[in-house]
Amino acid sequence: MTTYLLRDVSPLGEGRTDVLLANGVIAAMGEHLTAPDDAVVIDGRSLVLLPGLVDLHTHLREPGREDAETIVTGTRAAALGGFTAVHAMANTTPTQDTAGVVEQVWRLGRQAGWTDVFPVGAVTVGLEGERLAELGAMAESAARVRVFSDDGKCVHDPVVMRRALEYVKAFDGVIAQHAQEPRLTAGAQMHEGVVSAELGLAGWPAVAEEAIIARDVLLAEHVGSRLHVCHLSTAGSVEIIRWAKSRGIDVTAEVTPHHLVLTDELARGYAPLFKVNPPLRTQRDVEAVREGLADGTIDIVATDHAPHPREDKDCEWAAAAFGMTGLETALSVVQETMVDTGRMTWTDVARVLSTTPARIGRVEGHGRPIAVGEPANLTLVDPDVRRVINPEQQATKSVNSPFRGRELSGCVVATFLRGRATVLDGSSCDEDVVVAR
Amino acid sequence: MRHLLSAADLTHADAVRILDTAGQMAATQAREIKKLPTLRGRTVVNLFFEDSTRTRISFETAAKRLSADVINFSAKGSSVSKGESLKDTALTLQAMGADAVVIRHQASGAPHTLASSGWTDGAVVNAGDGTHQHPTQALLDAYTLRRHLVGDRGRSDATGRDLAGLHVAIVGDVLHSRVARSNVDLLHTLGARVTLVAPPTLVPVGVEAWPAEVGYHLDEVIADGAPDAVMMLRVQRERMSSAGGGFFPSPLEYTRGYGLDAARLAALPEHAIVLHPGPMNRGLEISADAADSDRAVIVEQVANGVAVRMAVLYLLLAGETTTTRSTQ
Repeated sequence: MTTYLLRDVSPLGEGRTDVLLANGVIAAMGEHLTAPDDAVVIDGRSLVLLPGLVDLHTHLREPGREDAETIVTGTRAAALGGFTAVHAMANTTPTQDTAGVVEQVWRLGRQAGWTDVFPVGAVTVGLEGERLAELGAMAESAARVRVFSDDGKCVHDPVVMRRALEYVKAFDGVIAQHAQEPRLTAGAQMHEGVVSAELGLAGWPAVAEEAIIARDVLLAEHVGSRLHVCHLSTAGSVEIIRWAKSRGIDVTAEVTPHHLVLTDELARGYAPLFKVNPPLRTQRDVEAVREGLADGTIDIVATDHAPHPREDKDCEWAAAAFGMTGLETALSVVQETMVDTGRMTWTDVARVLSTTPARIGRVEGHGRPIAVGEPANLTLVDPDVRRVINPEQQATKSVNSPFRGRELSGCVVATFLRGRATVLDGSSCDEDVVVAR
Repeated sequence: MRHLLSAADLTHADAVRILDTAGQMAATQAREIKKLPTLRGRTVVNLFFEDSTRTRISFETAAKRLSADVINFSAKGSSVSKGESLKDTALTLQAMGADAVVIRHQASGAPHTLASSGWTDGAVVNAGDGTHQHPTQALLDAYTLRRHLVGDRGRSDATGRDLAGLHVAIVGDVLHSRVARSNVDLLHTLGARVTLVAPPTLVPVGVEAWPAEVGYHLDEVIADGAPDAVMMLRVQRERMSSAGGGFFPSPLEYTRGYGLDAARLAALPEHAIVLHPGPMNRGLEISADAADSDRAVIVEQVANGVAVRMAVLYLLLAGETTTTRSTQ
């Protein structure tokens, strides 16, 4: 295994040190370390060292929609985005609702070698919202599932949600809820407000998200369970989570990069690239989720990376699929909206993109401190670079990035998974990863 | 003007010019030989993804009166109903050399997508998209309003004039109405005051940004606002069912609150006219008394629709100098 010496890097953006990676762990840290003969030395003078990023919300599409993404292409994209672990959402075909399917996804992830892949288990059979899937079997499988979600659909029946919250306590699991009251959002196309009224697109009201979150935090309190709220998008949702935390309810919440920066005004051109669920909200909501992320009300940023084939976006708005890619732009968006604006430090970035998502997912070996003896799951970032996003050049198989043509701050220079480089000089280390498989 | 996608894209000058041109077109339609050679050799495609016999034959008549070749392409019975995409349909029409594509689509924004995608070089005319816009309907309504209410209330030539000072009440299902959206935009551009009247369930969230007032009681709007015209929107009976959204309790209750009957007709100012984009639900949003009264200009709207659509096709395909703003 190659030994790496990261020369003069800045862990969490504070101070400068050399970091030696050997045998899968951080072997030494300090000034002027001597490079072993066979070591690859990386000049890190302008670089920030972060713990490898952990995404709690990724759609890898395999099995079933390999035309949009595969576990190989999706995790390679993740590595290029600085991630060392991703949670693969359950809405595959077949659904990840049995031990067999989650183990298959987990194994394919290991074979791919780009990041660790932790499958998310479906809460209900076929995401139908009616009958609990075999949560225990998935938890005890080789995939060791701890996060359960019907993402894409809401567990809307309050009794089913209550049972799920209670049941996963036995194995320290968490229910990650896609908060969307289905009756209030039948046929919904975009955020309900001034823009939807003008465009004549059926509205997705903020209350449809907030009502479910309010119900769920009360259910979680009542049964003493752990709840995670996926991709919250409204100012009202932030208020409810803030209130729930003040009551000591065991709830965590995530926001996507796109909800930190994009608004419903982008729907005006009817470009389906901006069609996403939950929908892009207003500038006021963007401000509220940034505030919530900065003050800790929102615990993490998760990508909700949702690749779709071209034909599903090359059509009229109503016919288009919901979703946008995000793995290769997430860190840049967080830097631009939160770090460059002075609202967060790199330590905060490590918390919301690595430490806390790893804790919520009960993932071992990720989101660890940067210290001698820790697993070498690490990401090197150059925050001073500006780059223009070109989806055709990304590793994800799909091109539905909402940031096409947009200039963003920062880029990932290198990613290490247990000491092995998956990305070096901003490019993926295809040979190393293939050899390591 | 490259396309006509939304009434909101029309400047004051654009709108008045279209109405004036429509006036010239209407004059030719009083002649024995109605056909003009203007668009000879040009091809107009009527691309209808949604059934609408009235709008389609209006556009077809307009194009034919200008000597254009007309191709009717309707979703039913064509490859579109077999799952062909808007893109492939557009590419096919492009290959056949369409100079203008008149599109009716159930998805809001489909004409915009067609015009901005590069799938066709032709001029795109929005003939109604989802619950978004129906600009030629608003233009024919404005033309009808101007003919009756401007220029000494229709007794003298209104060419070059707008609708300044008029008050128009638009009554009914504003939420689902592309006619209402286009009319609010165009009437505002032309200087008219607009009041939307509907039960609150049929007014969109976000309406506060529209250049219009909102009233929930038709009788009050008639009594206090003395509108110069009332435009009755079609209300679909299925909207009252729970599956259709449960927007009002019953057709009878709707009619009591918002239907235009003889009593409300009598309460209107003497000169006020009644419009309806058709097809009417007699007995629901409009009674036979109102629909058949001499205040109703509903049949005339149909005739004016041909003149306005002739004007739009003429200006898009043959208009040489243009003072209008491109929508692209």
